[in-house]
Amino acid sequence: MELKGFKDTEQYDPRVLEDIEKNVFFTKVDQLKAWSRTRSFWPLTFGLACCAIEMMGTGGARYDFDRFGVIFRASPRHADVMIVAGTVTAKMAPVLRTLYDQMPEPKWVIAMGSCATCGGPYKEAYSVLNGVDRIVPVDVYVSGCPPTPPALIDGVDKLRQKIRAEAKGERVTNG
Amino acid sequence: MNEELLDMITNKINQLTDEETVTEAKMNFHKPMIILPADKWTLTAAKMLRDDEDLRFDFLTCITGVDYEEHMEVVYNFYSTVHDHYLYVKVTTPREEPSVQSLDPLFKSADYMEREIYDLLGIDFPGHWNLRRIMLDDDWEGHPLRKDYITDKKAMGLD
Repeated sequence: MELKGFKDTEQYDPRVLEDIEKNVFFTKVDQLKAWSRTRSFWPLTFGLACCAIEMMGTGGARYDFDRFGVIFRASPRHADVMIVAGTVTAKMAPVLRTLYDQMPEPKWVIAMGSCATCGGPYKEAYSVLNGVDRIVPVDVYVSGCPPTPPALIDGVDKLRQKIRAEAKGERVTNG
Repeated sequence: MNEELLDMITNKINQLTDEETVTEAKMNFHKPMIILPADKWTLTAAKMLRDDEDLRFDFLTCITGVDYEEHMEVVYNFYSTVHDHYLYVKVTTPREEPSVQSLDPLFKSADYMEREIYDLLGIDFPGHWNLRRIMLDDDWEGHPLRKDYITDKKAMGLD
């Protein structure tokens, strides 16, 4: 096995070299940070409608969000992901924006369900915002009305892939 | 038993003014329902429904507003905790300047429900102590649950 970055490997003691090959790997700090971030999402619980029930179900014993390092926080200061689960009304929109602004960087947004994605069944209603992406940047859209817990877990996994790909310098536009 | 109650209610309301006040009286899902125009729906009639010994409709459970395009309607759901019987009162009102007598002086539960109907359908309730918008912004234009309300979400900044 050739170790990148280690030149003149013959000058090392062969026993030490064996240990190095087993235990050392190289990466970028950006990728290491991305890896650690993807393993401990702390979402802000933004349950607004029936999607919140599915989100709670995902956090419960059967689907157990904790095993992915996803631990719900009640304060935006603790959170780095906002899962917008439900219908965003015109009155709730400024509150949502304020809470998003209060979250520390880096931060991501998951739009869960058709209401948060595009307005859903309330597309023509007089009081509902047509998609949370009108006021905050959304990273992952989870489809469904409401999405099942596996769909939400898949959405979190998509966000993970996105963060890792972006740390490698790739531009992620879909998927 | 409910049919007898319906006849009794119809007679008592008609006796109040000595004329045919009730437009239509029929059973609605085995419970009595009367339909009458808004100008015949007075506090006297509601007070009679509440205080009459045989009726005692002391609980106003729900008020609903409906826009039927050719006219508007307010549905009052009464219940008697004394006699355990129900009554639906449908009050029809013209679509131009819809107005129905408020029951707020008799039933405190009418307060918020009538405000909500005013807010979303624009039906006026003379006699209400505080008829303001309850859920929408104070400067909201129009009444969004009316059939002819045009929702322009782009103009509202929602799309």
